Amino acid sequence: MSVLVFVDHQNGKASKASLEAVGYAKKVADQLGTDLAAISYAGINADGGIGAYGANRLHVASNVSVPDSGQLAKAVEAAASAEGADVVIFSHDDLGKAVAPRVAVRLKAGLVTGVTSMPGDGLEVTKNVFSGKAKAMVSYKTDKKVISILPNAFGMMPNETTTEVKEFSPEVGSAGITVKEVNTTASDGEIPLPEADLVVSAGRGMKGPEHWGIIEDLAKELGAATACSRPVSDIGWRPHHEHVGQTGVAIRPTLYIAVGISGAIQHLAGVNGSKVIVVVNKDPEAPFFKAADYGIVGDAFEVVPKLTAALKSFKANH
Amino acid sequence: MKILVCISKAPDTTSKIAFKDNNTAFDENGVQFIVNPYDEWYALVRAIELKEAQGGSVTTITVGGADNDPIIRKALAIGADDAIRVDMDAKDAFQVANEIALQAKEGGYDLVLCGKETINNNGGVIGGMLAELMDAPYVPLATKLEVNGSTAEITRDIPGGEEVLNAELPLVISAAKGMAEQRIPNMRGIMAARSKALNVVAPSGTEANTEVKSYALPPAKGDCTFIDAENPEELIKKLHEEAKVI
Ligand SMILES: Cc1cc2nc3c(=O)[nH]c(=O)nc-3n(C[C@H](O)[C@H](O)[C@H](O)COP(=O)(O)OP(=O)(O)OC[C@H]3O[C@@H](n4cnc5c(N)ncnc54)[C@H](O)[C@@H]3O)c2cc1C
Ligand SMILES: Nc1ncnc2c1ncn2[C@@H]1O[C@H](COP(=O)(O)O)[C@@H](O)[C@H]1O
Repeated sequence: MSVLVFVDHQNGKASKASLEAVGYAKKVADQLGTDLAAISYAGINADGGIGAYGANRLHVASNVSVPDSGQLAKAVEAAASAEGADVVIFSHDDLGKAVAPRVAVRLKAGLVTGVTSMPGDGLEVTKNVFSGKAKAMVSYKTDKKVISILPNAFGMMPNETTTEVKEFSPEVGSAGITVKEVNTTASDGEIPLPEADLVVSAGRGMKGPEHWGIIEDLAKELGAATACSRPVSDIGWRPHHEHVGQTGVAIRPTLYIAVGISGAIQHLAGVNGSKVIVVVNKDPEAPFFKAADYGIVGDAFEVVPKLTAALKSFKANH
Repeated sequence: MKILVCISKAPDTTSKIAFKDNNTAFDENGVQFIVNPYDEWYALVRAIELKEAQGGSVTTITVGGADNDPIIRKALAIGADDAIRVDMDAKDAFQVANEIALQAKEGGYDLVLCGKETINNNGGVIGGMLAELMDAPYVPLATKLEVNGSTAEITRDIPGGEEVLNAELPLVISAAKGMAEQRIPNMRGIMAARSKALNVVAPSGTEANTEVKSYALPPAKGDCTFIDAENPEELIKKLHEEAKVI
């Protein structure tokens, strides 16, 4: 009775979110006194790096080449049955969101997504609800359980093991989707927002897209990703994928720096999981200060370049 | 083309979140309910646009009690043709998905649209469960949707860009920002909605697989430490030594 974890990959390597899920799953396996098996699909190179996070075995569905949720769900079911796994773990990332619900239906398992806690004794788990404004403790009524963890909620938990890699060709039918094209616009070295540990974000206080240079400079100096408030992406100052909040991306970096953002409740809903929040705003009454750990009351156009310069000299001395 | 749109009720985004009955239930006292934004702004409006361009019909489906009728009427006012309400107080996503799947199969829909997630449960699971129950392809988090005969073209964001996928109908999609622009119902729509059919059907009686035991509010943040705008070095120092994040 192993624990099974689903692993997605890019360029042959397990994704960061998947490695986090493997580390989490290893802890769950320890808690249940069993070992950890993983399941992935064609394109992963050897163990994809998951041996460093504690997976004992990796099943690779070599006949699944596009990340089609229908085929992957069948592959996960086959691996779960081969391993006798009653607990299947996913990352609640884009692919996990597609596959985990299908697996839950196939296995007749309860499913909790966006989980933020290790399971309790009866495998009850905690998840964010009301867009991070509250938490819910959820218990399963089924023998089989699917847990989908919130990305960035646990961090990386290395656990050196040797992973035995086994290819198999489960019965998966034909793919429901075909990939027509992939367009990546990101320049090299740009950090994807959902995975970023450090984020610099700006809002309508920046007055116009031509002023984003100082935000990008600060982000670059920090090694941070950039984000923005909704109106900013709505009026086209910044790309849509940078929009954070209730209706945009929800993030939980270790550091979130918000510049010229008022801190509306819908914005906070997407960032209140951040470990440390810094707010720069010229209005001392801005609601964001109530959610902040550190605040600077001042004009972004003066404060941000100074902050970047201060960071530069800090880095030179450390 | 027959389109089914899953519509759920959610507390207004500015609602104060509080719990009652020993933290086992959401306190609805004084809370305004709206159509879950992803369902309304993106899924429903795109469905109506597709109907306007290509013909067919848009039906909404909601699993819930009569307290959902106002938000269903709003969806009808925006332009859905008719509505189904499965009359039950569902306890988890599986129950909801099961009821919707039964209706979807019976109605023979070509396209089922739901929102990316509800802003109260933040599950993001109904679409995937539905697709599995209907044995249909599923693409979550779609930002664009075009339909050409029996083939759909779906665009979605991926880290640093976007991908374009093709899938055959019948198909289940979850809608994210970008798919359509919010529409405000006009007076004519509101009047017309009154005479559109809202069909209430009985639930099939599936059991829930999970149960919420209790809710909790997150601990309040500590007071904000203010730093002089002339002295950003101080902030860097605190982030390094005190917060230990850089
Ligand atoms: C259903 C719904 C969902 C929503 N979802 C989201 C969401 O997901 N994400 C989101 O962000 N919003 C969302 N919103 C919008 C949200 O309510 C706010 O309107 C929005 O977040 C405000 O953006 P902002 O802070 O950039 O702009 P504003 O509210 O205009 O704030 C600008 C801030 O910049 C400050 N400022 C101005 N000049 C300077 C300067 N020179 N230096 C420093 N500071 C300066 C001002 O004091 C002000 O605080 C949603 C709204 C609704 C109704
Ligand atoms: N009770 C419900 N009735 C109809 N559709 C629902 C219901 N709950 C959720 N949905 C749909 O499923 C989507 C995802 O919901 P969830 O999995 O709860 O986050 C929502 O955006 C709705 O489109």
